[in-house]
Amino acid sequence: MRLLEYQAKELFAQYGIKTPKGISSKDIEKARKDAAELGFPFVIKAQVPVGGRGKAGGIQKCHNQDEFELKYPQILGMSIKGERTRAILLEKMAEYEKELYLSLFLNRSKRCYTIIASSEGGVEIESVKNQIIREVGLGQVDAPVAEEVAKQIGLEGKTISDFVDMLQRLSKLTIEKEAELAEINPVALLKDGSLLALDGKVVTDDNSNFRHPEMEKYQEKTELEERAEKSGFTLVELDGNIAVVGNGAGLVMSTLDMLADNGGKPACFLDVGGGATTESVYEALTLISKMKKVKAILVNLYGGIVKTTTVAVAFIKAYDDKLIDLPVYARLMGAESDKSKEMLKNTKTKMFDSVEDAINGVVMEVSKRG
Amino acid sequence: MVDIYDILRGKKNSDGSYEKVPVIVQGITGTFGSLHSKQMLDYGTNIVAGVTPGKGGQKFENKVPIYNTVKEAVDATNAKISIVFVPAKFFLGAAKEALEAGIKLLVAIPEHVPVRDTMELLEIAKQKDAIIIGPNTPGVMIPGLIKVGIMPASPFKTGNIVVLSKSGTLLYEISNVLSTSGFGQSITIGVGGDPVNGTRLIDAFDMVKDDSNLEGMVIVGEIGGDSEEILAQHIMDLNFKKPIVAYIAGRRAPKEKRMGHAGAIVMGTYGSAESKISMFNKANIPVAKRPNEVAMLLAGKLEKSKD
Repeated sequence: MRLLEYQAKELFAQYGIKTPKGISSKDIEKARKDAAELGFPFVIKAQVPVGGRGKAGGIQKCHNQDEFELKYPQILGMSIKGERTRAILLEKMAEYEKELYLSLFLNRSKRCYTIIASSEGGVEIESVKNQIIREVGLGQVDAPVAEEVAKQIGLEGKTISDFVDMLQRLSKLTIEKEAELAEINPVALLKDGSLLALDGKVVTDDNSNFRHPEMEKYQEKTELEERAEKSGFTLVELDGNIAVVGNGAGLVMSTLDMLADNGGKPACFLDVGGGATTESVYEALTLISKMKKVKAILVNLYGGIVKTTTVAVAFIKAYDDKLIDLPVYARLMGAESDKSKEMLKNTKTKMFDSVEDAINGVVMEVSKRG
Repeated sequence: MVDIYDILRGKKNSDGSYEKVPVIVQGITGTFGSLHSKQMLDYGTNIVAGVTPGKGGQKFENKVPIYNTVKEAVDATNAKISIVFVPAKFFLGAAKEALEAGIKLLVAIPEHVPVRDTMELLEIAKQKDAIIIGPNTPGVMIPGLIKVGIMPASPFKTGNIVVLSKSGTLLYEISNVLSTSGFGQSITIGVGGDPVNGTRLIDAFDMVKDDSNLEGMVIVGEIGGDSEEILAQHIMDLNFKKPIVAYIAGRRAPKEKRMGHAGAIVMGTYGSAESKISMFNKANIPVAKRPNEVAMLLAGKLEKSKD
């Protein structure tokens, strides 16, 4: 789960990490009350699950009611890198001396957690200079380690103990919430030497969700994505008009790459999982039938153990039930493919031996239909 | 470094064939476990015992004895290999039990195992000097001899090409392309699609790189993490000269979205396909744009290596 800034800051607050005073909202009526409570000036921050919103105009200062009435709806209606604004955070501005960087991060190839800290924050991690990197096993950060890091990034006096405190709290959050990333960027160094988390990003391990019912409220899924999950599928909705279905994440990604290389626009990534059954393919077609933007379906199944006829039955049933009326371009690898082709002869499903041919076919079909 | 061949192959017979090593299956009576246990038996894998708590004393397919605990199964069979089919929630417990009982190669099939559980298990595996393959792996296979996994048999043929893959179905797809082009495989290892792998690409590479029969290698990666980059650097550092080609899935995937596999996510530039492809290119490893292209690129590399 990738938490939005205000959600990450709710966790920060629970763990005693200091943040500026702020209130989140999803409509202007509530936000007007929030604004009155906070008092001008403050910043209006778009809550989007993607980086780079500052540059895109998703963070703006607001000094008075007129400005608020103008900017709030504008930012709420914004899309940043294809992601619509989910909510707005109104937040008091802090006066600070300096911006630092701090994160705890699951280093996948080293198979341990890593502290990354720098005296130069406020930019994306790739651009953070003078990174101090410390490996910390399963994420536990002891005070002496935190203190060493504080000194390495040049902190002094009272700030050192503030930093140790912040890092240890971040470590506790990372461990308890099973985060893959817990980032504070920037950490503001205030005039009095204390530290404040100006922004927050937390990504948790989806596979640990079953141990965290308390995090369920942050789960953001479309109705279709939720339905897919119940069926044991993975569905990622995309912007195009050709639904991409397959078994196995790697194979579906590969199909999506080839489709896009050939000028096709994927409408979704749908992985029905390692095995494919009549039921699972039928359910996949059901989900796709609910996506209005879809003009055609591209199917790439490597049914090693599954017979292709099992899958063909699902297509036939979907047409019979009038579930779909869309053309399907399918490559089904596996046993009994000749028989499947025969079965699907008079339907809108076309079968191909190679995925390349299926892709060419579907791209032509969609461009023909405009 | 443990030699994976030594674990998967028994004694060499006078005719050059190998004796079969015993394998146990944890979760043998579940739907998925039993389906694939049958498939493994059909392939010729020597499954000597199954483990399902509460079903000890019964037999699987009227021949494979079932035990309540891994320890009982290991005591009775002396198996060093276990394949685990239990649900993700129970995986850590089952895997710990296996390592405590002396299992040295654990093939972890379940998808959706929490990363923290995997990391905890790896600490134990290190102490016990055991290999974990997976989680979220199709398994490991020496075509013609042993299949410890859920891969279908048909894509694989015996030969001297190694295939290492993060993805299951792409492993089948690409092995099939190789087999039909005359490149059989000496071993295929699915490292799994999770963020943290018991055996990383670099570990899998080290397990097989010194095999004298090795003719070439195919690395099937995907977006997420930096294990491909690290492997490419390792190959350059070793000045490894045998032909290698790669394939990377997810070039066109959006950033910050998990693409099916828990590990398939690009964060900023960390995990991007561009980063992996450019590192492979730097290591003089061609990267196929489509799975179908892999055999052709490999043929080209093998041809050049003869010059």
